[in-house]
Amino acid sequence: MNKDKTRGKAKIKKIISIVIALIILGFTAAMFIMPIVLTVTNSFMTKSEITANYGKIFSEEGSSAVSSYIADKVNLKIIPDKVSFGQYITVLIKSPQYLLKFWNSVIYVIPIVIFQIIVALGASYSFARYKGKFRNTMFFIYIALMLMPYQVTLVPNYLVADWMDILNTRWSVILPGIFSPFAVFILTKTMQRIPSSIVEAAKIDGANEWKIFRKVFVPMSKNAIYSVAILLFMDYWNMVEQPLIMLQNNEDMHPLSVYLSKINAGEIGLAFAVAAIYMVLPLLLFLYSEDRVLEGIASSSAIKG
Amino acid sequence: MIKKVKSELKRRKPVSFENRDKTSTMPFMIPSIAGFMLFFLIPFFIVLYYSFIDNPINQEFVAFDNYISLLRNHAFMLSLKNTLIFSVIAVPLAVIIPLILALFLENNIPGKSIFRTALISPLVVPVASVILIWQVVFDYNGVINVFLDSVGIEAVDWFKSDFSRLVVVMLFLWKNTGYNMVLFMAALANIPLDVKEAALIDGVGPIRRFFRIKLNFMSSSIFFVTILSLINSFKVFREVYLLTGDYPYEGLYMLQHYINNTFRSLDYQKLSAAAVIICIIITAIIALLFVIDNKLGSSVDE
Repeated sequence: MNKDKTRGKAKIKKIISIVIALIILGFTAAMFIMPIVLTVTNSFMTKSEITANYGKIFSEEGSSAVSSYIADKVNLKIIPDKVSFGQYITVLIKSPQYLLKFWNSVIYVIPIVIFQIIVALGASYSFARYKGKFRNTMFFIYIALMLMPYQVTLVPNYLVADWMDILNTRWSVILPGIFSPFAVFILTKTMQRIPSSIVEAAKIDGANEWKIFRKVFVPMSKNAIYSVAILLFMDYWNMVEQPLIMLQNNEDMHPLSVYLSKINAGEIGLAFAVAAIYMVLPLLLFLYSEDRVLEGIASSSAIKG
Repeated sequence: MIKKVKSELKRRKPVSFENRDKTSTMPFMIPSIAGFMLFFLIPFFIVLYYSFIDNPINQEFVAFDNYISLLRNHAFMLSLKNTLIFSVIAVPLAVIIPLILALFLENNIPGKSIFRTALISPLVVPVASVILIWQVVFDYNGVINVFLDSVGIEAVDWFKSDFSRLVVVMLFLWKNTGYNMVLFMAALANIPLDVKEAALIDGVGPIRRFFRIKLNFMSSSIFFVTILSLINSFKVFREVYLLTGDYPYEGLYMLQHYINNTFRSLDYQKLSAAAVIICIIITAIIALLFVIDNKLGSSVDE
């Protein structure tokens, strides 16, 4: 009898704690996805609805040109009055400058991701296979530099780019990106976990280093490679600092991540569609491979071990 | 004991074998090391050199003049102060909030994976994409002020007052909570099951269970998240720039703003001195965190 009572109490306690957790998590989660959801739903509004809702904020300059209706009060709506693809049609067909900036982003991100990983695979293999004084020091310097913010690394990057005469070209963003140490760090940590007995076995079978690298280490790091690729993609897709410095005098080459903030008043009617187009790729990639992303993040914490 | 075994192993292995490993794996790292040296390491030493000369053409040694003039420079000190203030506010929040969320997510609650996905999703969305919504919400004529007005509170200029720090902190947390939460979830999952069960059987309450047991096991991940958040807090320029452009409200003028604006005048020695100072500050803070972590962690670490 008594036992039942305490058990009942414990049960109620448990239910209450779950309800509290649900409320807090639900509230936070809703706040977190709100900006994403709003951007997407707003991208399906007609141009006139956007102007009416947000005209008060974005039309300070050149307001003489605005002849359409603007509401007195800003009105943040989740559901469009009328679902329209007008914004998308304008962006995709009538305003090529956005597509060009989108293409810029692609041109920066793809080679950086691919070549940073290829270069890092070699270095990681070397670091994982043999530990000497030189390699340990180098690895430590890689980590130290990985931890430095752009304020520290961009000045050296700029000096080299200036010396190589590649400032204001795509190379000034791509080349430093390729040799950034993030992938080396994660992949080394992964490869260090591959047991040396496998190497010995491969050697006995007569495999040379290139073969061990290609047939053993790279395939065994497949998951980590995938995670690193996604994390790098998301990082560089979002880059702002590097193009601002390296492409100071060449705004045509800016990626969309920088250009988006420069949409001026007249274009607010299609800005949401541009924003939505820009986030759809990383978002889908994430939803498709969430577990891999989580794995990659978790393995990035091995900084001490 | 372990040392003994290790030396034993070393003795048994033919020396030439290890040397062969050393040379035969060398070519694999050449591309990476060469590129890293070229783009990061060597120019960093040039930056160090530039910070001690009057200008790249004259190259006269001026000792600490560049540093002194930088420390007397109002814009630099303002940007340094703002960045540090931001870090002091944002870093603790970026550790505590994800930790609490991770603890909630550890329980068996319905819809757990949906919450997890929702909380992590800002991580993958470019800040530039959601900036419009933030502007709509926080603009002087924006949603919040409309609401405040309707309940009779005076409107706040969210981007051009000290409240702007709050707005940026929120955007920073929005972006970074997911990553840190994943790290904490991984750490929680790594606590051995028998430890958890033993605590449950002993009837330790949830709060004491957290402070006595989980916190101990998570100390290294808390340490890592702190360092990571600190580094990210130095990158908050991105959010500020996208929200408010090159010349924001004074309280939001960050180190990277200073660097960007100095790049326009191509004042190499000042830029170099600034980079070195920031490097020293970051190194000092991380070293300090390592010391703290070693002191705290020495009693529990494996």
